[in-house]
Amino acid sequence: MTATLEPTAPRPGGGGDLHTKLSSNQLPRLLPWGVFVAALAIVLATVIANALGSDLPTTRIVLLVWAVQFLVPLLSAFVEGRRKAVDRLVTTFVVSAFTLALLPLGSIIYTVLDNGLPVLSGEFFTYSMRNVVGEGGGIYHAIVGTLLITGAAAVISVPIGLFTAIYVVEYGEGTRMARWIRFLVDVMTGIPSIVAGLFAYALFVLFFGEGVRMGIGGSVALSVLMIPVVVRSCEEMLKLVPNELREASYALGVPKWRTIAKVVVPTALAGIVTGITLAIARVIGETAPLLIIAGATDSVNFNLFGDRMATLPVFAYTSIRNPGVPPEFSLDRAWGAALVLLIIVMLLNLVARLVSFLFSPKGEK
Amino acid sequence: MNRNILRKVVPATAALTLAIGLSACAAGNEGDSSGSDGVSGTLNGAGASSQESAVAAWKKTFQTDNSGATVNYDPVGSGGGREQFIAGGVQFAGSDAYLDEDELAAAKKKCGGEIVEVPTYVSPIAVVYNLEGVDDLNLSAKTIGGIFQGTIKKWNDSAIKADNPDADLPDTDITPVHRSDDSGTTKNFTDYLDQASDGGWKGGVVETWPTKGGEAAEGTSGVISAVKNGKGTIGYADESQAGDLGKANVKVGDEFVEVTPEAAAKTLDEAKTVEGRGDTDIAVDVNRTSTTAGVYPIVLVSYQIACQTYEDEKVAELTKAWLSYVTGTQGQEDAAKAAGSAPLTDDFAAKVKTAVDTIKAG
Amino acid sequence: MSSSVTKGRPQKSAAPRRAGDVIFSSISFSAAGLILATLAGVAIFLTVEGVPGILASPDEVKSGESFLPYVGPLVFGTLLAAIIALLIAVPVSIGVALFISHYAPRRLGSIFGYVIDLLAAVPSVVYGAWGIAFLAGKIQPIYEWLEKNLGFIPLFAGPASATGRTILTASIVLSLMILPIMTAICREIFLQTPRLHQEAALALGATRWEMARLAIFPYARSGIVSASMLGLGRALGETMAVAMVLSASGVVTFNLISSTNPSTIAANIALSFGEASGLTVNALVASGLVLFVITFAVNFVARAIVDRRKEFSGAN
Repeated sequence: MTATLEPTAPRPGGGGDLHTKLSSNQLPRLLPWGVFVAALAIVLATVIANALGSDLPTTRIVLLVWAVQFLVPLLSAFVEGRRKAVDRLVTTFVVSAFTLALLPLGSIIYTVLDNGLPVLSGEFFTYSMRNVVGEGGGIYHAIVGTLLITGAAAVISVPIGLFTAIYVVEYGEGTRMARWIRFLVDVMTGIPSIVAGLFAYALFVLFFGEGVRMGIGGSVALSVLMIPVVVRSCEEMLKLVPNELREASYALGVPKWRTIAKVVVPTALAGIVTGITLAIARVIGETAPLLIIAGATDSVNFNLFGDRMATLPVFAYTSIRNPGVPPEFSLDRAWGAALVLLIIVMLLNLVARLVSFLFSPKGEK
Repeated sequence: MNRNILRKVVPATAALTLAIGLSACAAGNEGDSSGSDGVSGTLNGAGASSQESAVAAWKKTFQTDNSGATVNYDPVGSGGGREQFIAGGVQFAGSDAYLDEDELAAAKKKCGGEIVEVPTYVSPIAVVYNLEGVDDLNLSAKTIGGIFQGTIKKWNDSAIKADNPDADLPDTDITPVHRSDDSGTTKNFTDYLDQASDGGWKGGVVETWPTKGGEAAEGTSGVISAVKNGKGTIGYADESQAGDLGKANVKVGDEFVEVTPEAAAKTLDEAKTVEGRGDTDIAVDVNRTSTTAGVYPIVLVSYQIACQTYEDEKVAELTKAWLSYVTGTQGQEDAAKAAGSAPLTDDFAAKVKTAVDTIKAG
Repeated sequence: MSSSVTKGRPQKSAAPRRAGDVIFSSISFSAAGLILATLAGVAIFLTVEGVPGILASPDEVKSGESFLPYVGPLVFGTLLAAIIALLIAVPVSIGVALFISHYAPRRLGSIFGYVIDLLAAVPSVVYGAWGIAFLAGKIQPIYEWLEKNLGFIPLFAGPASATGRTILTASIVLSLMILPIMTAICREIFLQTPRLHQEAALALGATRWEMARLAIFPYARSGIVSASMLGLGRALGETMAVAMVLSASGVVTFNLISSTNPSTIAANIALSFGEASGLTVNALVASGLVLFVITFAVNFVARAIVDRRKEFSGAN
C-alpha cells in the first residue's frame, strides 16, 4: 500500500506529472534545499574558520543566514500564491525548530563524548572504587548497581503501568474511575524526585527500621517516577489502535482479554516499547532519591535486598561535588560514568527497537 | 519464517548474556576478604559531604589494614548525618557543626550515655578572586565583610587600596559569589566575618546566605567555576579546590597571612572548647579574632560523632579503631594528601586520642 | 461528558465474557488501584511530614520566616521557570516531531529520532554542568545586548548577570531536558495518525501544512497535551540541573537576566536538605507538598481544557 502512495506525496514545490501546466507558477524544486544547504555550508565554514583562528561574529552570521531562509516563502507568496507560501513558511519553521533543538543537544553529546571517551579503559569497566584514591579505579560497582536497580524498577513499573493503561483504555474507558486515574497519573508525573526518595525511605523505615539502605528501595523510588511515564505513553499508544481491529477480533468470537493480549497490545507494541525505553531513560539518570535510599558505597554489591548500592548518577554526582586533590581524576571518572550511562541507554534503545521490529505485526504503517 | 526462529533466538541470547554478565562477579580490584587481620565488620556512617574525599582516603588505608572491615559513608549532608545518627540509622555521623543542645540530649539518650564528638577534618577556606593584573591581594576582615555585604562595590575602593598600597587596582565592579546551598563553609565564613569584620558584615552567622544580592553558586565547585568564568569576581571556597585562582592574604593582627593548611591547623590550637559538655565531647568555638602570628582564622572544622558505648562489642571495636586511625597522625596525613585538609597538631591530636580511647562495649 | 467519550467504544457485551476475561480485567483494575494507593501514600507522607513544617513558628526553622512568606517566592520561581521552559519546548518539540515524522526523509528521520531519545538519558548533573560551562558563557553577551537595547522592558531590565547564570538560562536548560520526552511522544503520535486521513487531505489538494493542520493535529491534540503535561511535570520537579545553573536568591522578580533570581521549590529542597534538621526538614517537605498541589492544579486545568473537546480515540 505504502509503495503506491509515495510518488503522489507532494514534494516541496513539486507537482506530479498531471500538473505540468501549472509548473510555470512554481519555484524551482531544488530552491529551498539549495538555500538550506548553502546556509549550512556558510555556518560550517564560519565555525571552522573560527576554530582555525579567525574571529568572525558567529551569532550574527547564523541569524543572518536564518533570516535568508525566509526569502523562499516570501518569493513563493508572489509566484505561487498564499497557500503554498504558508506551507513553505511552516516548512522553514519546522526545519528551524529542528536545527535549533539539535544544536544544543549536539553540543551536550559532544561535551560528554569529549570528556568521557579518554577515560574509558579496561580498568575503568572492571574495577570498583574500593580502596582507590586519586588516579585509577573504575565504575564496575556503579554499573552493576544501576543495571540492577533500574532493572528492578522496570520489572515493578512496566506491568503496573501497562495494565493500568489497559484498564484506562480498554476496560474503564469513559468511567469516572478511569478519568480519575488518568488525571492522578498526570499529577504523579510532578512528584519531585527527591520527594519520591524520601517517600521510599519512609516506607522502608516502617518495615526495616532506621538507617535502612537497600537497592530495592531505590527501585521503589524510581518506580514512583517511572510508572506515570509508562502509563501515559502506553495509554496514548493503545488509544491509537484502530477500533476496526478490536471489532474484527470480537466478530471472530475472540474473548476480550485475548483480543487485548493478541491484537491490541502487539499492534501498539512499537510505541509501547518506545514509551518504556523513554521511561527507563527518564529514571536511570536520577541522583537524589538513590542517594537517600540506596546510599553510596565504593564496593560491588549484587544483593538488591541488603546494604548500600552504588549507581552511576550518584557516582558521577559525588565525584563532581567532592573531587579531592587533585580534582582531575575524579572529574574524569564522573564524565566517564555519564558517558557509560548514555551508552547503556543507547544499547537499551537498540534492543527496544529490535524487539518492536521482531514482534510487532507487519501491517499498515 | 525467519521471524519465528528469531522469536526464539532473541530471548535465548538475551538470557545467556544476562547469565554470563551475572556470573562475572567481583571487580578486578576486590579480593575476597576471608583472611582478616585487625578488626572486621561493617561500619556505616553518614553526613557532611565536605569530608567525603578525606573519608575516601581514610577508607583506603583502613580497609587495607583491616581486610575484614568495610566502611560506608553516605555524603547526605551534615543535618542528614546528625538526624540519622540520633535515629540510630548509622553508627557514626560526619558533621560540619557540633550537635546543638537538643540534638546532644537526643543523641545521649540514643547512645545510653556520653557521646564522642571529635574534630576530624579541618579545612582552610580561601578567599578566591579573579581580577586581571592583580596576582597578590591583601584584605582585612572589615574589607572582606564590606565586599560581601555589598557596601564595597569597586575594586579600586579606598578600603581595598589601603590594604594594597602597591597594587594596580582597576575600576571594575566587584561581583561577590556565595554558596546557594546551605553549607558549613558558609557558616564558618560568616562566623569569621561576624566576629572579625568589625561591623563590615551585618548578616550574622548563618548557613543560608542572608543577603539577596550577588551571585549564588551551588557547591564548592560551583563557586570556583563562577569565580573563574566571571570578571572581577570574589568568593570563598575550600583552599584545596581553588586551583590557580588568586587567593587573598587575610589580615591577622598587623600581618597579612597566606592561606595554608599549617596556618589553619594552628587556629585549632587556639580554639576554645565549648563548655558544659562531657569530657569526650570536643566541640570547639574557633577564635576568629586571634592576633597570634601565623594563624589563618577562616577554617572549616568538621566533626565525627559516635557513641561512647555500643552494645555490640564488634561495633565498638570497629568504631574505636576507625576514629583512632582517622584522628591519628597517619590518618590526618592521608587526608591532607587526598583532600588538602590541615592535619591536627600534635597537642590537639593527643586530646582527641584520650576521648576516642574511651569508646567501649557495654 | 462521559457519554461522548463512550460513543465509539464497542460495548462490553460484544465479546463473550470468560474466566480469562475476569482475571485479566481484575489484574488491570488492581494495577490501577495500586497506582492510586501509591499516590495516596505519597500524599499522606507529604502531609504527615509537612504539616509540622507549615505550623512551625518562624524562630524554629532556619529561614526565620513563617511558612507562607517562605514558600511564596519559591512558588513564583517554580512557575516562572517551568512556564518559560514550556513556552520554548512545546513549539520546538512539535516542530522537531513533525520534522522527524513527516518532513525528513524516513531513514534520516529515524536516526534523528534515535539521537533525541538518547538525550532523555543524559543525567541532570550533566545538563547542569553543561549549562554552567557552555550555555551560560555563550548566552551572557546576549543578555548584555538585551539589557542595552531592550532594557525598557521589565523582563530585561538587568543589570545583566556577569556569568549568565540566570533564570532564563535555567529555563532554557529545563526546556532542553524536557524536549526529548515531549518530542518522542509527539513523534509516535504523529506517526500513528491514520494514513487514510492524510492521503485524503493530500488528494483534495491540500498542501503539506494544511494536511498537518487538518489530518494530524486534531488527531494528536490530546497526545500533545499529554506530552506537554509530562514535560511540565518534569520541569516543575527538576532538581539538580536548576540548582546547579541558577544563581538563586529567593526574590520575586520578573527580571530574567540579572544574577538575582527567584529559586524553585525542587532546587531549594536540594540545596537546603543536606544541612537541614528538625522542623526545617518538615518545612522543606511541606514545600514539596505545595509543589504537589501545584502540579495537581495545573493538571486539573489542563485536563479540563482537553476534555472540553471531543476525545479523538481509535480510528473512527
